[in-house]
Amino acid sequence: MEICRRKDELEISELDPFLAELLRQIPVSTNADGVPAAEERLFSPPAGGEDKEFCAEWKLYVQPELRRLFRSATETVAADLEQLNGEEKAFANCTLRIPAKHADAWLNTLNQARLVIAAKNNFTDGELGDHYRSPTGSRRDLSLFQVNFYGFLQEFILRELMGGQESSPD
Amino acid sequence: MLAFLMTWQPSQETAGGLGGSANVTLSVSAEVAGPAVGEPGIEKETRSKEGVDLPWQVVVHNDPINLMTYVTMVFQRVFGYPRERAERHMLEVHHKGRSILWSGMRERAELYVQQLHGYLLLATLEKVN
Repeated sequence: MEICRRKDELEISELDPFLAELLRQIPVSTNADGVPAAEERLFSPPAGGEDKEFCAEWKLYVQPELRRLFRSATETVAADLEQLNGEEKAFANCTLRIPAKHADAWLNTLNQARLVIAAKNNFTDGELGDHYRSPTGSRRDLSLFQVNFYGFLQEFILRELMGGQESSPD
Repeated sequence: MLAFLMTWQPSQETAGGLGGSANVTLSVSAEVAGPAVGEPGIEKETRSKEGVDLPWQVVVHNDPINLMTYVTMVFQRVFGYPRERAERHMLEVHHKGRSILWSGMRERAELYVQQLHGYLLLATLEKVN
């Protein structure tokens, strides 16, 4: 797999079928339905338990906005991923081009997916730090690989977004 | 006779806060003649613009999933902090489990918490002790 920036696009080329499938899985991986731990992580309380009124208002007014925001980002990513569905040869490597203006949607959606997968699997800190585990051992190992692979993509997008930004004194 | 005395006490300055809070003390002196009332008394009522102008803080909590670079970028975007300051807060979150990103008026703090949740960070609104 190669990943680089070309003008107004981020290009991921030489995608083998396995990695292409992991990319296709991004939108569905954001689905927290039926997994309370994942739902709670995506929509965490905005205050401690003592501020019940604020939390109730948040649930009523802010949470639907957050849902819309997350859904919109996921839809943008799903539309970009349509490129991977047109490959005629089933086992051929393929290329994905992400418009730079979609970078924020990708960051958000990859984050949703990583958080949901981690919540579903209840990974330990040790597991999350293990970047060399083979994805072929078990479903859990594959999920861990997914979290790390999506994290790698996030890092690349962030590097491109922050590229050239100089640190300045506080 | 009723006498009103109003004093204004600015609260402590808070980091980055816009317009600190103001505690308004309303003193009411009541002197009424007559045996039923007894000694003249002084009632004192301290009233603050409760919950609105008291300082609040935006706290971000540690999360093993969110990438350090991502968290730094979010702090830069939401609070407009330079990268070095954003990184300092990110490292504080990472090592100490939480960092106070901003303090000030509640309304603005709520807005910041909402923005941080939009980026999927674990953020809460807390009253300044």
